[in-house]
Amino acid sequence: MTEANKITRNRPGNVHLSLNVNGENLQVSVAPYKTLLEVLREDLVLTGTKHGCELGECGTCTVLVNGQAVLSCLLLALECEDVEIETIEGMAKDRKLHPLQQAFAEHGGSQCGYCTGGMLMSAKALLDSQPQPDGAQIREALSGNLCRCTGYQQIIDSVKAAAATMRDGATSPGGDTP
Amino acid sequence: MMRLPYFRFHAPETLEEATRILAGEGPDAMILAGGTDLLPNMKRGQQTPKHLVALRHIRPLRDIRNGAGLTIGAGLSLTALLGHQPIQQNYTALWQAAKLVATPQLRNMATLGGNICLDTRCNFYNQGEEWRKAINYCLKKDGEICWVATSSKTCLAVSSTDTAPALIALGAKIRLVSAQGERVVDLKDFHNNDGVNYMGRRADEILTEVILKPASGWKSTYWKLRRRGSFDFPILSVAAAVKLSDGGTVEDACIVLGAVASKPMVSTKAAEFLIGKTIDDPVIEEAGRIATRVARPVDNTDLAPPWRKKVIPVFISYALRELRGDDVTALRQRVAHQARN
Amino acid sequence: MTGANRFSVIGKRRVRVDALSKITGQTQFADDIVLPRMLFCKLLRSSLPHAEIESVDVSAARDYPGVYLVLTGQDFPVEYGILPVSQDERPLCRDKVLFVGDPVAAVIARDEQTAGEALGLIDIRYRPLPTIATVREALLPTDTPLQEYAEEANIHRRLAYSFGDVEAALKEADYVFDDTFFYEGSTHLALEQHAAVGVADPDGRVTLWSSTQCPHYVHRAMAKTLEMPAAHIRVIACPNGGGFGGKTDPFNHEIVVAKASLMLGRPVKICLTREEVFYCHRGRHPVTMRLRTGVTRDGKLTGMHLQTLLDGGAYGSYGVASTFYTAVLQPLTYHLPRYSYQACRVFTNKPPCGPKRGHGTPQPRFGQEIQLDKIAEKLQLDPAEFRLGIVEKPNTLTANYLKIGTNGLKQCIERVVTRSDWKNKHRKLPTGQGVGLACSAYMTGAGTAIYWNKMPHSGVQIKLDRSGLITVYCGATEAGQGSDDVLVGLVAEVLGIEPIDIKCVTGDTDLTPVDLGSYSSRVTLMMGNAAIQAAGRARDLIAGAVAERLEIPVDHLGFAEGRVFDVGDPSTGMTFCEAVICAEEKHGTLVSTGSYAPPKAVAKFPGAGVGPSPTYSFSAAVVEVEVDTETGIIEISCVTIAHDIGRALNPVLAEGQIIGSVYMGIGEALMEEHTTRRLAPRLSDALVHRNPSMLDYKSLTMHDMPQVHVEIIENPDPNGPFGAKEAGQGPLLPIMPAIANAVYDAVGVRIDELPITPEKVLKALNLKASGREPRIGPKRFPEIDWPESVFVLPPWEGGDGTASNKPERKRAAKMHNMDKVATS
Repeated sequence: MTEANKITRNRPGNVHLSLNVNGENLQVSVAPYKTLLEVLREDLVLTGTKHGCELGECGTCTVLVNGQAVLSCLLLALECEDVEIETIEGMAKDRKLHPLQQAFAEHGGSQCGYCTGGMLMSAKALLDSQPQPDGAQIREALSGNLCRCTGYQQIIDSVKAAAATMRDGATSPGGDTP
Repeated sequence: MMRLPYFRFHAPETLEEATRILAGEGPDAMILAGGTDLLPNMKRGQQTPKHLVALRHIRPLRDIRNGAGLTIGAGLSLTALLGHQPIQQNYTALWQAAKLVATPQLRNMATLGGNICLDTRCNFYNQGEEWRKAINYCLKKDGEICWVATSSKTCLAVSSTDTAPALIALGAKIRLVSAQGERVVDLKDFHNNDGVNYMGRRADEILTEVILKPASGWKSTYWKLRRRGSFDFPILSVAAAVKLSDGGTVEDACIVLGAVASKPMVSTKAAEFLIGKTIDDPVIEEAGRIATRVARPVDNTDLAPPWRKKVIPVFISYALRELRGDDVTALRQRVAHQARN
Repeated sequence: MTGANRFSVIGKRRVRVDALSKITGQTQFADDIVLPRMLFCKLLRSSLPHAEIESVDVSAARDYPGVYLVLTGQDFPVEYGILPVSQDERPLCRDKVLFVGDPVAAVIARDEQTAGEALGLIDIRYRPLPTIATVREALLPTDTPLQEYAEEANIHRRLAYSFGDVEAALKEADYVFDDTFFYEGSTHLALEQHAAVGVADPDGRVTLWSSTQCPHYVHRAMAKTLEMPAAHIRVIACPNGGGFGGKTDPFNHEIVVAKASLMLGRPVKICLTREEVFYCHRGRHPVTMRLRTGVTRDGKLTGMHLQTLLDGGAYGSYGVASTFYTAVLQPLTYHLPRYSYQACRVFTNKPPCGPKRGHGTPQPRFGQEIQLDKIAEKLQLDPAEFRLGIVEKPNTLTANYLKIGTNGLKQCIERVVTRSDWKNKHRKLPTGQGVGLACSAYMTGAGTAIYWNKMPHSGVQIKLDRSGLITVYCGATEAGQGSDDVLVGLVAEVLGIEPIDIKCVTGDTDLTPVDLGSYSSRVTLMMGNAAIQAAGRARDLIAGAVAERLEIPVDHLGFAEGRVFDVGDPSTGMTFCEAVICAEEKHGTLVSTGSYAPPKAVAKFPGAGVGPSPTYSFSAAVVEVEVDTETGIIEISCVTIAHDIGRALNPVLAEGQIIGSVYMGIGEALMEEHTTRRLAPRLSDALVHRNPSMLDYKSLTMHDMPQVHVEIIENPDPNGPFGAKEAGQGPLLPIMPAIANAVYDAVGVRIDELPITPEKVLKALNLKASGREPRIGPKRFPEIDWPESVFVLPPWEGGDGTASNKPERKRAAKMHNMDKVATS
């Protein structure tokens, strides 16, 4: 038997999955070893979910599963049927930005944009469960997302501003840090 | 992109089915709970199971039951555990330990059982396949030499679980279930001081629940040393529990150090020393000195071993000061990089 | 804010032009590109630190199902490298491997999984060579230098310059401070891992999409290594998911996928793993340095002699430039009557170092700013007052002929002193708490290109047509710093229209005029000036046509709020779109161009091209720390930073750059370490990266980042676009020494090396308790056989910027010195 045959024999074939992503039911056939991250990016071409390590060490690939922030790089796609998956692509509804997105744009919460999707997902999980967080709660909720550009301050400002907008139901008064 | 190798996937819906699969596949099968430890290790070739047995669909593993004490399903996520008020009130050390694991996302995924069974860690082992090849591998996997201490006959990889030291301090037992039956063991006897065979769970066994005795009269706390305010595994942890009399005398105590050996280290001597005393400054100092004797930090985690050893009594003193009622909030924030809650 | 109200776009807190695509996940980074029939590449990397390649057998990999192509060093006969003087890299190693992680072979397969599996089937035979793990080992004679062009031993390059007779100046001084420091290496750790896609055209041309900061330099390296006309190669820089200097070299993987796509006629993608990104590195050089500084009793500097020793890793990269940069910008901040330096870079079997944010300058600035703190203490001066007494003047030359224009350093110091309440804190806080101050300066664009040429450093083209749309083309690259926003903002300002009506096309060698790339803080200034010129010319075209139509003089026309109108009677005019139609009717198809080249270096001595910049930014920072005396653990309580930016074009972005710099500076000060681990030499030759992961390479989390108070100092510089200077690198530089000085203020120990770990602090505290010198740092600077210095007289000693090592010139210098001594 050749080396190649030794490696590839008895391999499981592709699996068919039915996934609920951003409210849509999507059918996809994928290699069984794939994580949710790979299926989102490669099979569903939802490339808004980024990756920085694929080992659970940076938070870049954060998505929401049943409303909870999780790392798509450490979740087998095989285990993602029967759950609701939310990605950055689903954040703006009816072509209207989520207040968090608006605030990130206005307050410098996004520079290179690479951590932004994951950061917004963590922030959304926070505001969905705790609409008026204080600074410490924001830090804690986003402490699993690394950013190399911003120094985090404008991200925290952005989340505060979004929370204010959602409270007032009006335009943000501004989230400058004192 | 780091990818998982091929594996066969099993998603049993009952415990019986799961134990049957494990019994059938033998050591080629591994349990997948939260996946936050196993999957990165698989991506780096540290672990190479041919079968993954996912426990997610076995609902009873996520139950919390009140009895005389508290029984916690091993499949409960750390976040779910943190949301359980009685744990925060009565089993503070466990709550704090769980709160300090990694990051919010990882706590949403990781399970209590998975954290107790966390693979031991080492700077020479938690690396990619090619990196490990460059050092000709190590004793923990595929190699002959322990690069941490080249004369060591055993692997010195470090026990890095946060919850196990806390649970041991709280006197927890665990239930292990296999196709052949089940057993309940004291968690303090579960881990071995050997980086390879670091725990007493057989490959065909599932850790199903953690059994806590009633907490009445006990106070407990958990302190974790790490470089940053999140992500990092402990490079030292102190779990301490004391039972105090009305007059403030120690009636019973347990001090456990984490991340200083291949298993959580219980200092029986420190506990014995504390019993019958009030926790004043000289007692704290002496207890710290005694407990530190069980620790053997070596050069395979973040920050240097001599320093890590030096701060052990300091961290023990923080824990004991907290247990006697000092306000240590600011200290926790500054030294342990812990957010206020 | 100076004159900001005369602007309608500039100076306003605007949503950056690329924000919406980023916050919705629409921005296409290199790894997001998906093309039909695309294949995937993975690289096999060396597992030995130093070895000859004896044989490479790829047959099993080639036969593996799903594999399309296997490449080795034999497929790449031509070497490349960013600098013309160090063409020492190959896309795949052919003869030797120089560090663990050096790429040896590439597999192109139907998917990454298959490619990865096939890598395991490649059989390489190596003959190991001695491992060079340290700078000390690199200085020893060897028969097997890593690079044949090493000057001797494994010495890459030695530099020696003297601007005036420094030894005499030190003799004149009341005190000479002699301090040695060490600055550990660190890496960029951009969140986006490098990725590239090669796409062959059917006609034999090739396109490369890549996460590069410098598409132009990649373009040149590809033309060379692929042996193709540059005109047949298109490089498109995707927006970078962070760069910080880590994507400024042309990289092996970029050339490999281009070659593979040409050979296969199909798109080929590669995305590096995080570990591989650590092997690409090009980050901060570890530098040992010694500063001897003369100072008078009343706190004036008389001269400084600086020595630096850089651990360069295995390849040249930007190394020669890095070596210069460990010295040349040193005289910018404070008046130094005389200055000399010796700098040496060595090769070791490690991932190559190169430019990281601040390129070569944070290291000596760290040493100098700590030394100034020691001097102030000795002279019993307040460190802020002492610095205010020696800050360099605006509009002057330095001893080494750098031309300073505007200089807001004095204001920066004054502002942080006030805002941080420095006077009530320094030497006044309880033990365990402290404040530290430090300053810095940085260039706004390097005055010289990487390769010698007389062409523009940045070019901008503007296309206008009857739709009213303005399309702006420039080779600059958006790396997160906001260069697209600067480009659009400036054009909008000049034409009086809204940013939404402008589209920019950037970083595409087929479509955009050359811009050298996003490095050396050059984009805002160079691209910006080119953009203003191009926009001004477009405006002239429109104005000429509109003036004719309205029958008013051209200089009566205003451009604002999307209209072109008579400033005397604003109701007379037309929409901008109508104005463009007017112009298109008059001139035919409309296009305008702008270009920018920096002023020539003032001096003529060899090497004078490194350091000059159109203008320099200045910063000052005060950091407040708490040090736990039981553990040595440091908490940064807050940072106050003032930055002389000339003008903030978009204050949201300017603040973001400044806070981001502070963040990265704190990381370097406290925890970021790019280091290797040598195994016990009697058992192994291995030399491996110590922490090639996001978990083990420590970068600050949200919990570790303190509050930053930003003070923007606006003092428009005539050389900057609307007065703007850089903000992306300079504000990092004062942070590390300010932290070291704050630790001293808090607990009285000197940590003269980075990172400042709790272990070092505790060790120093123990030294202090036992009555020994409470200092952690290198004891001495290694012996190096230096070449004779290039001698240049400073401007104020009658120098004209030329070098002269001729005896009579030296004698003249000596005479001058004697005169000076006699008259002082």
